[in-house]
Amino acid sequence: MKAIFATYGLMLLRAIGVHSVYVFISVACGFVLGLISGILLSRIPKLSFIIMPLVSIFQTIPGLVFIGILFLITGMTPLTVIIALSVYAMFPVMKNTYTGILGVEKKYTDAAKGCGMTDFQTLINVELPLSLPSIIAGLRMSAIYTVSWAVLAAMIGLGGLGDFIYQGTSSNNNTLILLGAIPAAILAVAVGAVIDLIQKKAMPRGLKKEAVK
Amino acid sequence: MITFEHVSKSYGKSLILDDLNFTVSDGQFAVLIGPSGCGKTTTLKTINRLIEPDSGTISIDGKNIHDTDKVELRRHIGYVIQQIGLFPNMTVAANICVVPKLLKYGKAECENIVSKMLQMVDMEKYADKYPNELSGGQQQRIGVLRALAASPPIVLMDEPFGALDPMTRETLQNEVKHIQQQLNKTIIFVTHDMSEALKLADVIIFMEGGKIVQAASPEEMLEHPATDLVRSFLGKHADHGAPTNVEDYMRKNVYCVQMSRGIRECAEMMARNSVDTLLVTDEGNHYIGTISIGDMRHWGKQLKSIEPLVRQSARTAHVGDNAKESFDFLLESGDDYIVVLNSDSTIAGIITKTSVARSVAQNLWG
Repeated sequence: MKAIFATYGLMLLRAIGVHSVYVFISVACGFVLGLISGILLSRIPKLSFIIMPLVSIFQTIPGLVFIGILFLITGMTPLTVIIALSVYAMFPVMKNTYTGILGVEKKYTDAAKGCGMTDFQTLINVELPLSLPSIIAGLRMSAIYTVSWAVLAAMIGLGGLGDFIYQGTSSNNNTLILLGAIPAAILAVAVGAVIDLIQKKAMPRGLKKEAVK
Repeated sequence: MITFEHVSKSYGKSLILDDLNFTVSDGQFAVLIGPSGCGKTTTLKTINRLIEPDSGTISIDGKNIHDTDKVELRRHIGYVIQQIGLFPNMTVAANICVVPKLLKYGKAECENIVSKMLQMVDMEKYADKYPNELSGGQQQRIGVLRALAASPPIVLMDEPFGALDPMTRETLQNEVKHIQQQLNKTIIFVTHDMSEALKLADVIIFMEGGKIVQAASPEEMLEHPATDLVRSFLGKHADHGAPTNVEDYMRKNVYCVQMSRGIRECAEMMARNSVDTLLVTDEGNHYIGTISIGDMRHWGKQLKSIEPLVRQSARTAHVGDNAKESFDFLLESGDDYIVVLNSDSTIAGIITKTSVARSVAQNLWG
């Protein structure tokens, strides 16, 4: 055990670092993009009936293929990885923002309008806060997926925990595979836990289901 | 003052509002009522421009609302909906302050409004609660307060108490009526419940098929319903006002004695039944007169039969007579009762001031 860490320790730490940076940046970008596009889609529900299925189809394209194609365009830079991961991270957030906003009961938007809120004020004060549980669920999903998708970065030689896994599989070295896989799994669980914590802190008491009369 | 002039609205081919013309003056409590689909809610929503009419003008204090900014207009008109619609992500205080905040009131002023408003409905300690921690009735109270927070002169209420239990509904009706009178608000209130309308309204506007069938005060509507539909909506309220004859209000358990009876017997009968007067009849049970405890005490010792003490001063009425005359007589003369006789002059009952009270109550509340 000691020997393994002596050999790979530094490399592992570096890989975890790189991996986390990929995840953090792409989830952040994906979240912002997803939130904005989700809101825009919710404003034009008619168009979204066409767009949402297209998005679903796009989502089924394996990340491996997408990252490969992108590699041809943007070359071997971290940017390629971040773009690809951001696009994938965007989808769950977008979908959940969209369904969250559409799911806001009419009585709330009616009341907001009747009180004299503009469309934008209704969005900020009512629709987004009320779809917060759904949006955060999307963020959680997207963050956890991104942790595993980031493994693909190694495919185009850009590091991260994927390095260990690829080297392990190509050299038939189980230790290496586990060295990549276990931290990746832990990272995914940790990211999920962090987001749960955020959700707990950020959610107003009024939106928590267990609130009693 | 809110004025509707030739307001029409249709969805596709169906006409929802058909040439509406009416005026609601300042400080009036106007209730829109009618069967579902009659356009009452649509009418309400045209006032804060949640729905735009196809033609006609609606003006508030002489100013066409079409020329004012929608959002600005709504901030100066209170709005309460049946589904309450308190924002669940905001505390009670924040909910009350929604409109003041939109109007950019200062923080201190908002806090002031919150405490003043909550005080009005005795809910001061609920400021920091969330809507889901309140009962339905409490939620709608806050819904009403939210509408009143920025002191709009006009408040629109769309079946605000429709989803509440009868007890809570009644309390809230009283509160709203009280607030309206206290703050002198103009309220437009939609309901399909006639008792609610009769209780709250200064003027009831009855709609059917997008048209106004009748606009009148509750009293006038009860007396002269314009159509059969209005009558059927009034239901028990209208018809029960109808009984007008003396026999509908008289007391039937009266104490009679035959003229041939002795003083002692009469005195005992009065004592047993706690009355001070007995009705006197002949052998055939025909009414002759009355005998009172006062006369008996005064003269009774010298007499054996009650015959000399019988007085004929009591006013009589006959079955089938209009009760109003008897009521008027009772109230004006200060007499305690009127004897009601059947056509064969046997006794049917008596009318007392209690009967008057009962009639008034029945006419008011059905």
